[in-house]
Amino acid sequence: MKYLQTENLTKKFGSTVAVDGVNVVLEKGKIYGLLGPNGSGKSTFMKMVAGLFHPTSGNMMVQGNKLSILSKGEIAFMPTEAYFYNYMKVRTVGEFHEDFYEDFDTAKYEELIKDMNLDMNMKVSALSSGMAAKLKLAATMARDAKLFMLDEPLNGIDLIARDQIMSAIIKKASEDNIMLLSSHLIDVLENILDEVIFIKEGKIVLSGDAEEIREEKGKSIVDLYKEVFAS
Amino acid sequence: MEFNSRIPIYLQVIDTIKKQLVTGKIPPGNKLPSTRELAVEYNINPNTAARIYKEMELMDICYTKRGLGTFATQSEERVGEMKKDITMEVISQFVNQMEELGYTSDDMVKEIRKRSKR
Repeated sequence: MKYLQTENLTKKFGSTVAVDGVNVVLEKGKIYGLLGPNGSGKSTFMKMVAGLFHPTSGNMMVQGNKLSILSKGEIAFMPTEAYFYNYMKVRTVGEFHEDFYEDFDTAKYEELIKDMNLDMNMKVSALSSGMAAKLKLAATMARDAKLFMLDEPLNGIDLIARDQIMSAIIKKASEDNIMLLSSHLIDVLENILDEVIFIKEGKIVLSGDAEEIREEKGKSIVDLYKEVFAS
Repeated sequence: MEFNSRIPIYLQVIDTIKKQLVTGKIPPGNKLPSTRELAVEYNINPNTAARIYKEMELMDICYTKRGLGTFATQSEERVGEMKKDITMEVISQFVNQMEELGYTSDDMVKEIRKRSKR
């Protein structure tokens, strides 16, 4: 089911075009990979959908309506930056999100924290970068959103944490929601994607069903990625 | 599990499950993991996991009981067939490569005897 559609979505910063006429359709029940190197426009795109950036031009429709406060409540965005205060504990981070988001489920949060081998009494200031990344993910995944946008969920994360994060994403994905994951770690992500969207210099250069693309081109998404972005 | 990027993932997982059935790791009639559990276990897309069971059902390797889940086939005959299929596959690959190297079937048997401890 079609949930989000963008038409010619464009974002300029001065004379720099970060996102350039992007047309995307996201359907419920699917996991999407927004793939491209650093600076290709992945974060800018997500931030526009999250309502953090105003598009320079173009449209965004959520279930046929213009993006509004209501639809924003259904969209969960996890930025690459850590956004917690050092004085907080893991528990406080949960309370903070509970205040902010109506769809935040504290029991679910506690479960995720346990799955991630974190502790409710840990202080944010004492977390390693990998632990901070897991905390960020738990706080996002404890929501009951329709669209989850995770910006570089695997950055700076060791192998064990990577598995924990992948499991959390797979468990959360359902018929009723959408996962949009940005990454340049294609090899890790490839097997969990339904659809891939390659973005290069702000433009979409290739998109479609991951399995079909593999069959059609006779190569893995990783190999295709190298081909598209090396040139 | 490491996947070969040239073969569709669902086929690779089906092969793995078939082997588990043939070796008795999964006994006949046993309940199989839910699609979500399967997705987590193999780190694959949940829709791919659903496809795996659908295809396996078409191959009579498993069956679904409404509301109860997916179960491995109870037919020992079917498991026997699968074992035969896998055996034939392994042997024909081996034989092809050995023939390429110039082995006759007698020499192949000798080499196998040297290698196999059983």
